[in-house]
Amino acid sequence: MNILITVALTLVLAGAAVVVFTPVPSRQAVVLSVYGILLAALFMALQAPDVALSQVAVGAAVVPLIVMLAIRKIDSLRAARRRQR
Amino acid sequence: MSRGGRYWVLAVGIAAVGGALAWAFLSMPGFGGGFHPYRDAAVAAALRHSTANVVSSVNFDQRGFDTLGEETILLASVVGVAVLLRPLPGERHRHGRQGGHVLGTTRMLVVVAVPLTLVLGIDVVAHGAVTPGGGFQGGVVAATALHLIYVGDRYRVFARLRPIGLFEQAEAAGVVAYAAVGVAGLAFGGSWLANILPHGTLARLVSAGTVPLLNAAVGLAVAGSVVVLLSHFLDQRFLSPPPGTRHAPGDGTQP
Repeated sequence: MNILITVALTLVLAGAAVVVFTPVPSRQAVVLSVYGILLAALFMALQAPDVALSQVAVGAAVVPLIVMLAIRKIDSLRAARRRQR
Repeated sequence: MSRGGRYWVLAVGIAAVGGALAWAFLSMPGFGGGFHPYRDAAVAAALRHSTANVVSSVNFDQRGFDTLGEETILLASVVGVAVLLRPLPGERHRHGRQGGHVLGTTRMLVVVAVPLTLVLGIDVVAHGAVTPGGGFQGGVVAATALHLIYVGDRYRVFARLRPIGLFEQAEAAGVVAYAAVGVAGLAFGGSWLANILPHGTLARLVSAGTVPLLNAAVGLAVAGSVVVLLSHFLDQRFLSPPPGTRHAPGDGTQP
């Protein structure tokens, strides 16, 4: 059990580093989704299935989608401003 | 404040929080130990009310008031998003398909996955008192099912299946239903959210008294919230930028 927790924790740490060091925000949203699933695996290893379910639903699906949509909006506003000049 | 000054304030903050965390962690019981006073109290209380899922018992029975607070936070944040993401003056709705190519296999996967996900969401809500999960998790899963249609590039079908007014009402009805169960507990059980219904047999679908009712209320509120929340973000995608976006509100970037 402890080996499982150690592996999951290491993966979470590596995933978090990848999220932070991904330069492009739209790619970051996709990596964030993968990181959310890794975090859910850690919660499963720690015997917290309720939290893992919430994490999969919110952290791996809804939050990255909201981030993606927000980035698209900002990009379209920037493109419109560039066209204006 | 100058850049250097801000870094100093940040350094002081990090040092203070880090020190407090280190102090707290050092006086915690060891990892994986056998000393769990809260677990012993919570599991005994859950078994007294025939609730197989102890987490649900804590969320909806022992600390039901906290969950009402969380639901209210969710409602408030959705209202905040609705206020912030209203169309800017000059922004128009663009209709019709634009860009993007969706693979046939993706569409087929969506057709298979939508009903499965919806049933899974309802199942997770219904079994909240028995197995892991509950109103929150199931509500989010059910709301995700609807958005799979959007992934399949069926925005028009999606928009028709999503009468937003209905979901706004569902969200409000869920919060009201939760509070109503609380008031019923006050009226018939003598305390707010008292578990007044018969507790039934442990691990049966209908057991644990008011816990399944509160799960259903939360499921309704959360599914409504997530659909309304995402609808505001999705609508932004279908707004054409206004003619003069030089000082567009909400766009804090420097040109």
